[in-house]
Amino acid sequence: MPLTMKKLAEIFTNRETGLTQGHRMCPGCVAPMTVKMVLMVAKALGYEPVIGFATGCMEVSSTIFPYTSWSVPYIHNAFENVAATISGVETAYRALKKAGKVPSDKKYAFIAFGGDGGTYDIGLQSLSGALERGHKMLYVLYDNEGYMNTGNQRSGSTPPGADTTTAPVGKAVAGKLQLKKNIVEIVAAHENVYAATVTPGEPMDFINKVEKALQFDGPAFIASLSPCVRYWRIDENKSVDITKLAVQTKYWPLYEVERGVYRVTRKPTSFKPVAEFVKAQGRFRLLLQRPDAEQIISELQNYVDRRWERLLAFEEATKNKPVR
Amino acid sequence: MAKKNLMAITGAEAAAYAMKQIEPDVVAAYPITPQTPIVEYFAKYVADGEVRTEMIPVESEHSAMSAVVGAAAAGARAMTATSAQGLALMSEIVYIASSLRLPIVMGLVNRALSAPINIHCDHSDAMMVRDSGWIQLFCEDAQEVYDLTILAVRLAEHEDVRLPVMVNQDGFIISHGVEPVEVLPDDVVKKFVGELKPIYPLLDTDHPVTYGALDLYDYYFEHKRQQIEAMKHAYKVFPQIAEEFYKISGRKYDYVEPYRMEDAEYVMVALGSSNGTIKDVVDELRGEGKKVGLLKIRMFRPFPKAEIQRYLTARKAVVVLDRAASFGAEAPLYEAVKSALYEVAVRPLMGSFVYGLGGRDLKPEHVEYAFKRAMALDLVADKEEYLGLRE
Ligand SMILES: Cc1ncc(C[n+]2csc(CCOP(=O)(O)OP(=O)(O)O)c2C)c(N)n1
Ligand code: SF4
Ligand SMILES: [Mg+2]
Repeated sequence: MPLTMKKLAEIFTNRETGLTQGHRMCPGCVAPMTVKMVLMVAKALGYEPVIGFATGCMEVSSTIFPYTSWSVPYIHNAFENVAATISGVETAYRALKKAGKVPSDKKYAFIAFGGDGGTYDIGLQSLSGALERGHKMLYVLYDNEGYMNTGNQRSGSTPPGADTTTAPVGKAVAGKLQLKKNIVEIVAAHENVYAATVTPGEPMDFINKVEKALQFDGPAFIASLSPCVRYWRIDENKSVDITKLAVQTKYWPLYEVERGVYRVTRKPTSFKPVAEFVKAQGRFRLLLQRPDAEQIISELQNYVDRRWERLLAFEEATKNKPVR
Repeated sequence: MAKKNLMAITGAEAAAYAMKQIEPDVVAAYPITPQTPIVEYFAKYVADGEVRTEMIPVESEHSAMSAVVGAAAAGARAMTATSAQGLALMSEIVYIASSLRLPIVMGLVNRALSAPINIHCDHSDAMMVRDSGWIQLFCEDAQEVYDLTILAVRLAEHEDVRLPVMVNQDGFIISHGVEPVEVLPDDVVKKFVGELKPIYPLLDTDHPVTYGALDLYDYYFEHKRQQIEAMKHAYKVFPQIAEEFYKISGRKYDYVEPYRMEDAEYVMVALGSSNGTIKDVVDELRGEGKKVGLLKIRMFRPFPKAEIQRYLTARKAVVVLDRAASFGAEAPLYEAVKSALYEVAVRPLMGSFVYGLGGRDLKPEHVEYAFKRAMALDLVADKEEYLGLRE
């Protein structure tokens, strides 16, 4: 089934994504948008999604017993093991298919969703194991740069200067000092994987990559910058705009790595300073009051500039040179 | 009944061989001494095409249990095996497996928990998860490992039960000791275990279900109550399944195994391979005209309280041997047996002996010593003592 806009729109308006209304995520939260966009593409391509979900904001808010917002098969196991769990589901599928116990004409898509805590931090080992073993799965990271379910604690994905409860911006310390872990590079370092960044503010890019990921013959990983309105301290109606700003400021470059081949999928002709991204969010308010704010922001600017140059260099260097 | 087929194999191979004949859909496991040979044997069966099982060579025990949870929820028959640190690492998911009511069978090759690190047998690993909602069976020898692994599949998957089962065997003592094991023909095992009837499988996309919902104060308690009831069902259906197994194997299995108990006045209670040693000592003392006996506990969870009451009421003295300590409380088996005897009409005198931690040998003289103390009625219910320990 080829992907058409008509089909996507149909699934969206008929609320057939698999995530139905009634979940308790905050209005404007980008996590459910990310999930719906992924499922929309899967459904439009004729896949039957089977979902694994890591503990986190989206998981607790979508399945408060006796209710569930999921109209597709769904399993939540624990915080750090969604990749291992989905590997079990996917392996069961292969075993049962071999035994003739599942319909052979059904096109399954095994999709794991995890937050940044469940992916960059506590779930990294489980993810790496599943990638290395080569399960045919799609792992989607909804990255809101902190442990939001538990009230905004620092994660390996939190950017420097953001105020969190475990790395608060204080009188002595400017909050988190370390840069965000580069999760896509970690994933891409596994052989025979597809890894990409997306964000709902760039829907066409998002849709194309999910299509590619689902059709990739091996494990695929998609990192979606998915702002949390509550703890990024932004207006409900600004969350998608912020994701666009993240792309325009090189904060969240859009690219993909397919078997070692880099491709930068959005190359804005002009960039905005990363300070604009920072100043648009309340989580940096305390940082901005500090005398070292400018220095920290300029270090961040420097970092995103260098990273962008590196990405372009990788793209050039790996052109038509897949590792296998 | 099937023709006798004896193999000289270790407990680990007995477990692996049973798994081969069961031929589960999915096995996910991670090696750890002394469980390792189970994984190795099974990997070889897979590599040689002797089973159609899909094996997941996971990167940790945490992922092993997570993957079998995923596989079982998907609708597959799934198995794993581990020991000590591996069990400790996966313990978070051990609770989830039982609470999601997934009929997983796991071989646990008992090994002492760190620290200090030790690879030899004790039951601290099994005892750590005794309240995790798994059915726990303890084996005396490799034959039991083979038989109970097969039986466990039926128990776990029984529609009134749907709980995971842990088949315990003593590390090295059973897992690495070669014994004659009578195995059944493949087709007999296949027929006995039958096909798994999946309940709410994830792969049935026409009937989507949600596993692992957030369950707060308004329902969690009721769900736990259902789990408590499921354990009662496990207790209830075990004899039927054991009877069916008897019909194919000629080997009878009960929750407990009484040994020379008819007129015994002094009784020992124990789990696992030590029962073999104790039987020898019982024979010897019986030869001297002493009225001693043994009550071997095969099923530890659900705890066979009624059997224990029935067998131990009105005996003169009962000594309980524990291969695990409960720091700050009475040893686990002792505590359970003692509590069961609270309700009997005539309570025996009781004594608690902890032995064998970290693989320390239980020698016949230790057993004899404990029996002598019982026969002298020199036991204090409130005092934990130790066998084979330097003070
Ligand atoms: C083993 C374990 N440690 C800690 C927690 C507590 N916990 C639950 S969700 C969560 C944070 C989730 O963060 P993330 O993955 O980023 O998802 P988000 O809530 O931000 O969407 C934490 C720390 C847990 N459930 N399990
Ligand atoms: S707290 Fe943040 S991540 Fe959670 S639902 Fe609200 S906006 Fe979304
Ligand atoms: Mg998060």
